[in-house]
Amino acid sequence: MKLTINYFGMIAEAVGSSKADFELHGKTVSDLKNELENTFPDLLGMSYQIAVNQKLVSSETEIMEQDEIAVLPPFAGG
Amino acid sequence: MTKERKPKNVFVEGAIPPEKIATSIAHHQVKTNIGAHDIFLGQIRADEIDGKIVTAIEYSAYEDMASQAIHEIREAAFEKFDLTCMHIYHSLGRVKAGEICLFVFTSSAHRKECFEATRFIVEEIKSKAPIFGKEVFEDETHVWKENR
Repeated sequence: MKLTINYFGMIAEAVGSSKADFELHGKTVSDLKNELENTFPDLLGMSYQIAVNQKLVSSETEIMEQDEIAVLPPFAGG
Repeated sequence: MTKERKPKNVFVEGAIPPEKIATSIAHHQVKTNIGAHDIFLGQIRADEIDGKIVTAIEYSAYEDMASQAIHEIREAAFEKFDLTCMHIYHSLGRVKAGEICLFVFTSSAHRKECFEATRFIVEEIKSKAPIFGKEVFEDETHVWKENR
């Protein structure tokens, strides 16, 4: 399925974009992480979390085509 | 009974001016059921990293999610502590070393509630709000900040 993914902070820097389309072949967050790491090997050494519809989710979570997906590096507010 | 509150806009472009803090205090002088205020101010440190000095932090955020997260923190704090008032502001964009990037202001009838609430709110913002910080050096190179 075709997703639009938002990237933030050091992740946006590593993938070279803050918002881009991504073709997901699998269906879970875990699949997404694997496919992202294959496409952007720089992510392998980085710490990040996936938010689906603005909530942090576990690896088993299934992704739907209309979901709002974001790849978030460690938080640094305050 | 608690009222339903909508997410407020907590983000300020650039540094939080000290005047905003003074004005905010002044606005509470009409609320005479308040007996104690507590304020937390986050300030940008000129850290030295690998021999280079941080001159500013450039903040960005996943704004919708961060606003929602801070809204939930606000609701949780009102639930947990007997507060009269609460204000939270966080910078986006570039904030220079020495300037203020976070302003948390709580008010209650007595000191204990606002002391505890402020600490709770600051810790929660640091761990739950998707806000990102780029530490910029004098030569415009940067590293990414990470809360511990």
